[in-house]
Amino acid sequence: MFYREAGDFKTTYAADSQTFPIKFDRFRYYAVSFVAFLIIPFVINDYWVNAIFLPFLIYSIAAIGLNILVGYCGQVSLGTGGFMAVGAYGCYKLMTAFPEVSIFFHVLLAGGITSIVCVLFGLPSLRIKGFYLAVATLAAQFFLVWLFNRVPWFYNYSASGQINAPERTVFGIEVTGPNTEAWATYLFCLVFLTICALIARNLTRGTQGRTWMAIRDMDIAAEIIGVNPLKAKISAFAVSGFFVGVSGALFFSVYLGAVEVGEVFGINKSFLVLFMIIIGGLGSIFGSFAGAAFLVLLPVLLKNVLVGMLGWPTDLAAHLEFLIIGGLIITFLIAEPHGLAQLWRVAKEKLRLWPFPH
Amino acid sequence: MNDMTHDSYTTEDGRTIGGVVMEMKNITLRFGGVVAIENISFDIREGEIRAIIGPNGAGKSSMLNVISGFYVPQEGDVFYKGQKRPPMRPYQVAQQGIARTFQNIALFEGMSVLDNVMTGRLRQMKSGLLAQALWKGKAEAEEVANREAVERIIDFLEIQHIRKTPVSRLPYGLKKRVELARALAAEPSILLLDEPMAGMNVEEKEDMSRFILDVNDEFGTTIALIEHDMGVVMDLSDRVVVMDYGKKIGDGTPDEVRNNQAVIDAYLGVAHD
Amino acid sequence: MSDQLVFAMEVFLNGLMAGVLYALVALGFVLIYKASGIFNYAQGVMALFSALTLVGIMEGQVPFAHVINATFGTDLHHFGWHVPGFVAILLTMAVMVLLAICVQKFVFRHLVGQEPIILFMATIGLAYFLEGVGDLMWGSEIKKLDVGLPQGINLMIDETTFGWFGYGFFIDNLDIVATIIAALLVTALVIFSQYTKQGRAMRAVADDHQAALSVGISLNFIWVMVWSVAGFVALVAGIMWGTKSGVQFSLSLIALKALPVLMLGGFTSIPGAIVGGLIIGVGEKLFEFAIGPMVGGATENWFAYVLALIFLVFRPQGLFGEKIIERV
Repeated sequence: MFYREAGDFKTTYAADSQTFPIKFDRFRYYAVSFVAFLIIPFVINDYWVNAIFLPFLIYSIAAIGLNILVGYCGQVSLGTGGFMAVGAYGCYKLMTAFPEVSIFFHVLLAGGITSIVCVLFGLPSLRIKGFYLAVATLAAQFFLVWLFNRVPWFYNYSASGQINAPERTVFGIEVTGPNTEAWATYLFCLVFLTICALIARNLTRGTQGRTWMAIRDMDIAAEIIGVNPLKAKISAFAVSGFFVGVSGALFFSVYLGAVEVGEVFGINKSFLVLFMIIIGGLGSIFGSFAGAAFLVLLPVLLKNVLVGMLGWPTDLAAHLEFLIIGGLIITFLIAEPHGLAQLWRVAKEKLRLWPFPH
Repeated sequence: MNDMTHDSYTTEDGRTIGGVVMEMKNITLRFGGVVAIENISFDIREGEIRAIIGPNGAGKSSMLNVISGFYVPQEGDVFYKGQKRPPMRPYQVAQQGIARTFQNIALFEGMSVLDNVMTGRLRQMKSGLLAQALWKGKAEAEEVANREAVERIIDFLEIQHIRKTPVSRLPYGLKKRVELARALAAEPSILLLDEPMAGMNVEEKEDMSRFILDVNDEFGTTIALIEHDMGVVMDLSDRVVVMDYGKKIGDGTPDEVRNNQAVIDAYLGVAHD
Repeated sequence: MSDQLVFAMEVFLNGLMAGVLYALVALGFVLIYKASGIFNYAQGVMALFSALTLVGIMEGQVPFAHVINATFGTDLHHFGWHVPGFVAILLTMAVMVLLAICVQKFVFRHLVGQEPIILFMATIGLAYFLEGVGDLMWGSEIKKLDVGLPQGINLMIDETTFGWFGYGFFIDNLDIVATIIAALLVTALVIFSQYTKQGRAMRAVADDHQAALSVGISLNFIWVMVWSVAGFVALVAGIMWGTKSGVQFSLSLIALKALPVLMLGGFTSIPGAIVGGLIIGVGEKLFEFAIGPMVGGATENWFAYVLALIFLVFRPQGLFGEKIIERV
């Protein structure tokens, strides 16, 4: 009733392959962009930015990146934490080595560096498949974290072994360091997320996306009908690495400001991002947003309810969070392997027919 | 009937059969100690429908896999358009214009019919990663141009109504048709069909036969097919290769093959007395 | 004989014994994988969970005491009794069997026929879940586990080697006991899977689910059994590691040690798990000994993975895995 596609005819193929083929979706997208860019920055404060918006925006980028690799190309990676660390340390080295260059380019370059590292660790995917590959990507996770922990060059020989983000500005407005304004960091990350989401959408709706999905669904058949598996897999690793690297760079420079690699980019980070795309929906850009939002909000919610209202100690709440996340993962895999995105689609389908379901 | 020269000729129903486009020379394929194909030679001519038949386990599918580059024979050469084919990966073979379908349907189950068929056109898609990331301009133009070509094939095979349906929801017969569409989308110079009618009922078989004949007729596509159903093969094909236990036991027009004693023995059994 | 070589020999021996423990954990993986095609990431957390439960039962802890206290403002902690080690082990085993039944009933029965990678992700979820349950049930502080295994330096070896080389090897009694128990367990498991009716049924299920069903093997029963056996292996590993370095979260990380062992040995091969475990145990200790100091140490964190990764690129099916022939 409210949500409908009837009467929404396409007269060109270009119109048919646009991002939001249904008018209603398109308007909602404009509305969301309007709110995100022009309303939220004016009402936002430090608590909301640090507790919810920054993690959501940054994890969404990482989730989109991992979703391209896992959800679209079918190559499971457990090395996301390590690759985010590459982005973070790449960004740190660039920021300290070239302070005169805008941080915007540092973040992009950090993405590029991560992309290369990711391809390097993705090369074995040509020979090994399935969870052999998943386990092999753990090699990246452990090796990279060890590398950033043990080789002093990466943390500029600082005594603490940590890296700290120096103050940097974009158009004269500080986005990193201790004196940032909530709206500035928010907008900075939002711009990156928007760029990444558009790129991801463009890549997945066309030839490249079909190539990846062909490899995911049936790699041997894909090769026989003309998909070059080397190019397909490597490009997935490269694109995924870029996104994950950008998110790692933002996570360090804008969100945390200081990073100790083992704590921040450990294997739990890899799992967290993987869970986001499982819960959100494998092979769906929207699902990446949904999953990131869900897993960012869940701990905040639990903390408010358990610690704030029931007065539990924080460590108990954290254990319960583990239990709930684990349970949710299993539930989603059993009940809805396509995640929140699929639930949303089903809801839309129902809504389209409402109030006459038959 | 014409002898095996490289000259073109015209069939009774008025189609033109050209020279040899692909030639298999002394192909031998072994898996460990098992000989799947033993010293087989035959050719495929431009514009013809060439059938490979034989009982179960005769090595037909292996032969098709050799043609499409999935198996590499231990001995023998494949000549394509007059040139010896160097060792290459299956995707390179596909890019040379050899498309195929599979015995156990190999569609991409997670994608829509349209996306499956569009995948068949990889050969024609040239825009790079960056162009695609930007979408507007080159990538979009290419997508639209190829979409038009694909829509023609979708019309031709009468699957317009399921265009946006995920493949996993389709019944078997339609899946077979979508697979044919995907292969056709590549505009192949040779189309390989691995048991296109396996598991179909009579009506579906008739439909499929009609499509195969139409494809050959309208696009002039060279077709090599494997089939169990002797009746269908004899009606469809211009020339037939018969295989048994990895060896070639007959090669010629359907009539010649039908009267070949070795073929009769292989199909009907021979009295050992 | 040079000092370096003698040290290397000591490192080698210690590596060998670490390797046996890795092999033991890896065996838990192989068993479940062979029988159900599930790659059980939760194996390490199962070891942690079993060790936590064992300590909890022995000490007479009240389960979920923290949660109850936090919610109702009570002050529960212990029942006030102590259970002897042997009985506690039996009770813990019963808990592990119960866990196996629950896992089968609530998780994997609903995932039959799913792709292996989905099952794998489900076990990651299971690992998180179990970790949460274990911590909520028994508390997350580091606990001491003592079921009466001997500990401390083995003086006999110390003295003998001192007599030979003028340098006494430091080898822990616990490691020796662990090695012996692991070796016994491995032998028992091999005998179980090769010579008993249940073992044969298990292998039949591994080969082909439907064929096994058609000859009257109950899949449910086999899977519960396999998860129980894996639970038992986890318990043994949990006792060894728990005794050695206390029962704490890091115990669950032994699963991460076992993964490269599996890659090296092949997911389906019992001898592969053993040989792979030994290679990795010895390899990482020797590497840390020889190269570690040059690159900043702690190479054990990644050495096994990188070794397995390099190895796999050249031999994708692992040491003992069967060669995969691809078909269309």
